[in-house]
Amino acid sequence: MAKLSLVHLSAYFGRVKTLKDINLDIPEYNVTAVIGPSGCGKTTLVRCLNRMHEVVRDARVEGEVLLDGENIYAPGVDPVQIRRRVGMVFQKPTPFPTMSIEENVIAGLKLNGSVRNSAQRAEIVERCLRLAALWDEVKDNLGKPGTSLSGGQQQRLCIARALAVEPEVLLMDEPCSSLDPASTARIEELVLELKSQYTIVIVTHNMQQAARASDYTAFLLNGVLIEFGETKQIFTNPKRQETEDYITGRFG
Amino acid sequence: MELKPLEREPALRDPSQPLAGTVRHRALAHRWPRLKVGVPLSEFVFDGITGAAALTVVVLLLAVTTVVIIEAWPAVGRFGLRFLTSTDWDPANEQFGALPFIYGTVVSSLLALAVAAPFGIGVALCLSEMAPFWLSDILGFLVELLAAIPSVVYGLWGIFVLGPWLRDYVEPWLGRYLGFLPLFRGPRVAVSLLSASAILAVMVVPYVSAVCRDVFSAVPASLREAAYALGATRWEMVRMAVLPHSVSGIVGALILGLGRALGETIAVAMVIGNRPAISASLFMPSTTLASAIANEFTEATSDLYVSALIELGMVLILISLLVNVTARLLIYNLTRRRFSS
Ligand SMILES: Nc1ncnc2c1ncn2[C@@H]1O[C@H](COP(=O)(O)OP(=O)(O)OP(=O)(O)O)[C@@H](O)[C@H]1O
Ligand SMILES: [Mg+2]
Repeated sequence: MAKLSLVHLSAYFGRVKTLKDINLDIPEYNVTAVIGPSGCGKTTLVRCLNRMHEVVRDARVEGEVLLDGENIYAPGVDPVQIRRRVGMVFQKPTPFPTMSIEENVIAGLKLNGSVRNSAQRAEIVERCLRLAALWDEVKDNLGKPGTSLSGGQQQRLCIARALAVEPEVLLMDEPCSSLDPASTARIEELVLELKSQYTIVIVTHNMQQAARASDYTAFLLNGVLIEFGETKQIFTNPKRQETEDYITGRFG
Repeated sequence: MELKPLEREPALRDPSQPLAGTVRHRALAHRWPRLKVGVPLSEFVFDGITGAAALTVVVLLLAVTTVVIIEAWPAVGRFGLRFLTSTDWDPANEQFGALPFIYGTVVSSLLALAVAAPFGIGVALCLSEMAPFWLSDILGFLVELLAAIPSVVYGLWGIFVLGPWLRDYVEPWLGRYLGFLPLFRGPRVAVSLLSASAILAVMVVPYVSAVCRDVFSAVPASLREAAYALGATRWEMVRMAVLPHSVSGIVGALILGLGRALGETIAVAMVIGNRPAISASLFMPSTTLASAIANEFTEATSDLYVSALIELGMVLILISLLVNVTARLLIYNLTRRRFSS
C-alpha cells in the first residue's frame, strides 16, 4: 500500500519550475531511494513530502501529496502536524548549537511535551543514540554541545534527533555524505532495521548504497521522474536509456 | 629601503601555495606596509588606506578626550569628587554639582530602555518571523524611516502630543493605581522625567528593532528548518533556533539603544523641563547631562561655568564607556557559558 502518493506534483522556486509533474507512489514499510545527478531536484522532492519546501521564500508547490490517502496540501492542514509524522534528516548536519548532545536528541520530544521524567528521558536518549550508532562515542559526554562533534557524528546526532519523535515516515537527504565507511555501513543497517516500523525515503549519490539498502528506486533527471520501480529491476534491467546511462556512470 | 635578496622570492611565490596564504604570510612578516618585490601594488595601496583610516579613528578619539579633559580641568580641580556627589547646581554662586544630571540621565535612559526593549524585540520578531515576506519588507523600511526622523521633530511631537497625553491620561492612571509609590505621586505637568523617558522610548524602539531584525535574519536558515522539521510551531522554532542564536546580538542592540538614549540631547531638552534637582517623583521636571549642556552653554558666562558644563560632558563619556564595557563583559560571559556547558 502507498504511504505517500505524489499526484501531478510540481515545485517552484519563484518562476523556476524545479520539479515537473511528478507521479509516484511510495510504498509503506519499504525503503525508497531517490537517485539522480546533482541539481536534478532530489532534495526539493523530499522537502515537498513534509511541507518544508514552502519554508523557502517564494517557493511553492502545485499538485497533491497524499499521506495515508489525505492531501497534505489541502487547505486547513497544519504543516506542523505533517512534519511530526514525516521526519527529516538534512543533507548538512544541523545540531542546535546552544544545546548539548542530550538536549539535541530530545529537542523534538520536548515540543509535544511527551518526556515526563529524567529516567524516561535518559532511556530515550540512549535508545536513539544507539540506533544512530553514536552511543558508544558520546555516552560519557552527553552534556557537551552538539556542535563539538565531528561532521559525521553530528549527522548521526541529527538522525537520532529525528528518530526520537517517532515519525511514521523518515526522509533522509544524503545522510551518509559526510560519514566514513564504517558509519555508513551502520546507517545502512539502521535503515534496514527501521523499515519494519517506518517508511523510509533516502536520497543518495551512492549507487551501491541505493542497490544495497533500498527496495524501490526513483530516478530523477532535471526535475522529471524518469523511472520508478523495484530497485533490482532498475539496476539490472532499466527500461529507459537515461537510467541505464546514469547508473552505469556514463553521465551525471 | 632595502630589497630582499631575490632568491628568497620564488619560495614565497610557490604555485602550490595558495595566494591568500602567501599574502598573509607576508603581511605577518612585515607589519608595516613597505613596497616589496612580490607584493602587488594594489595590496600596498589597500594596506595604506585602511591603515590610515584606522589611525584617524585613534587620533580623533585621543584628540576629543584630551580637549574635553583640558577644558574640564578647572572644574575638576575646584570641586574634585564632590562634583559627582553634590546636588547643588547654582551658577550664580559658582557652585556646581552633577548628581541631578547624572540621575536624570540614568533614570530616563533605563526607563526608556525597559519600555523599548520588549517592544523593539517584539517588533523585530514580528518582522522577521511572523509577517509574510512582502509585508516584512515594507514594515522594515518604515521602521528604518522612524529611526531616521531627526530628534528635534520627536521633541516637537513630545511637546505637543505625547507630553499632554501623558499628563491627561497616563499620569492620573499611574497615580490612582501605583500612587502608593513616591515615583508616581506629584503634580501633573506636561514636561517631566516621565515625558523624557517616554520620548526616549519611542526613539529607541526603531533602533532596537532594526538591529534585532538584522540579528534575527542572520540566524542560518538550516537551523530554522531543523526546528520546523521536528514539528516546531513558529513560536517554538523561534525559541529553539532564533533566540538562543541571537542572545549576544540582542544584548548588543539594547546597548546601542541605551547609548542612543544616554546621549540624546535636543528631544529631551524640549520635554524634560530642565530643572537641576532630584525628586522622587517621575512626574516632576528633571534634567540630563546632554540636555543641560545644550541648554546652558550659551548662557555660561564665567569660565568655571563653561568648565563645569564640559565636565558634565566628560561624565557622559565615562557613563557611555562604562555601559559599553559592561556590555562587552556581558556578551563575553553569555557566549562563553554557552560553549563550556
Ligand atoms: N533555495 C533555493 N532557491 C532557488 N533555487 C533553488 C533553491 N534550492 C534549490 N534550488 C534549485 O533547484 C534545483 C534542484 O535543487 P536540489 O537541491 O533539489 O537538487 P539535488 O538533486 O538535491 O542536488 P544535490 O545532489 O547537489 O544535493 C537546482 O537547480 C537548484 O539550483
Ligand atoms: Mg540535495
